[in-house]
Amino acid sequence: MSNVPSDLKYTKSHEWLRTLPDGTVEVGITDHAQHALGDLVFVEVPEAGRNLTAGEAFAVVESVKAASDVYSPVTGEVTASNAALASEPEAINSDSYGKGWLMRLRPAAGASPPALLSAAEYEKLIAEEGG
Amino acid sequence: MTRRTPLFDLHQKLGARMVDFGGWDMPLQYGSQIAEHHAVRRGSGVFDVSHMCVVDLEGARVRPFLQKLLANDVGKLKTPGKALYGCMLKETGGVIDDLIVYFLDELWFRAVVNAGTRDKDLAWMRQHAAQFEVRLTERTDLAMLAVQGPEARGKAASLLSSAGSAAALGLEPFFGREIDGWFVARTGYTGEDGFEMMLPGTEAERVWQALNSAGVTSCGLGARDTLRLEAGMNLYGSDMDENTHPFESGLGWTVALEPRERAFIGREALEAVRARGSQRKLVGLLLEGRGVLRSHQKVLVPEAAEGEITSGTFSPTLERSIALARVPVAAGSSVKVDIRGKLHDARIVRPPFVRHGKALVS
Repeated sequence: MSNVPSDLKYTKSHEWLRTLPDGTVEVGITDHAQHALGDLVFVEVPEAGRNLTAGEAFAVVESVKAASDVYSPVTGEVTASNAALASEPEAINSDSYGKGWLMRLRPAAGASPPALLSAAEYEKLIAEEGG
Repeated sequence: MTRRTPLFDLHQKLGARMVDFGGWDMPLQYGSQIAEHHAVRRGSGVFDVSHMCVVDLEGARVRPFLQKLLANDVGKLKTPGKALYGCMLKETGGVIDDLIVYFLDELWFRAVVNAGTRDKDLAWMRQHAAQFEVRLTERTDLAMLAVQGPEARGKAASLLSSAGSAAALGLEPFFGREIDGWFVARTGYTGEDGFEMMLPGTEAERVWQALNSAGVTSCGLGARDTLRLEAGMNLYGSDMDENTHPFESGLGWTVALEPRERAFIGREALEAVRARGSQRKLVGLLLEGRGVLRSHQKVLVPEAAEGEITSGTFSPTLERSIALARVPVAAGSSVKVDIRGKLHDARIVRPPFVRHGKALVS
């Protein structure tokens, strides 16, 4: 059974999103996603300052089995990325909502609010996918 | 409908993630694939390989039959119990399958072939067995467990009677024999010491649980693949198939062209390749930087044609990416690999990458 914290928002492509007190958002992949990928061995994160459009691939996570793109849930500018994952990609497996965060991003002013899922909606989605 | 081994229920009980492999519902991993890999390199692990096809070959002319069927020469097998690895070839020299054959006695050999090629292998064998009056019996009654790792033999032997345990521990590498009603062989596909044990399917669950109790880790096909690739061992269908011959598949060592009068299937084609020289070779690749090599990625060789990765993965032992690749014979030591549109430096090395727990490349 996957862990789906109730205080986060989610996407259909298995990213999570946390709004921080300063208005930026932190993004990572869900516990369900890390479990499906298996042991992560390589992570490529974006440079700070890069501008992303909602739905654009911003990171690559590779497990022993496969490489997968991770998509930005919102439009905005990258303010930070998790450099520690270069030497410790397994943090995504052990703590996907904490030490496994991928990037922080400042949403663009005036960007239309993205279509995100609540925890309950995401739980329903992964149950339907057989997760 | 996928097929199931006698251990299917137990795999589910142990929480394995199951995948379709060659038409069989098999465990990919029970927990962390990397932890299972390390268990085999450092301690011991057990794999369900009951999907593999065990065929008993019996008859007065079974040895000449295999001398025609295989590119390696069972004439090398003089001592009962001795095993031989080799390929079954088409007339074109393409590889139908790779297999292990055990010499049990002058009237009885046992072959173990891949699960995914079972149907075509059995059809091919039957087609050629007729003229040698050799009888084929597929041993679907047997389960096969591979117990591998530096501690594997001791732990597996502890399940046997005291006489059986002594007999098992006395087996030389690449020998097998009947012990306590099981067929125990000192063979494997991981680069570690260990046993492959064929036993009645009805006993498989009990034996697996006894191995777990003795501290042997349950391991899935995911770890089996990273272990065999570190050990530089080929996987049929990825590293060779009916469109590639042994000399371009790193399997030249399994082709016995001597004695010259042995007329095995594919011999003429291989002699022609040998005479003109193989255009391609199978090599090991070590990725210099970060990233993961995967099968079908392009290998760019300076001043030569492109090559292709046939098997690639992240090596848990080396903590970097390794691969087997088919490249032009002219390839030197430095190549580039196209990983999702970016070129990465890689070095050609001689497999194996890891053997008996030790890194052989750096």
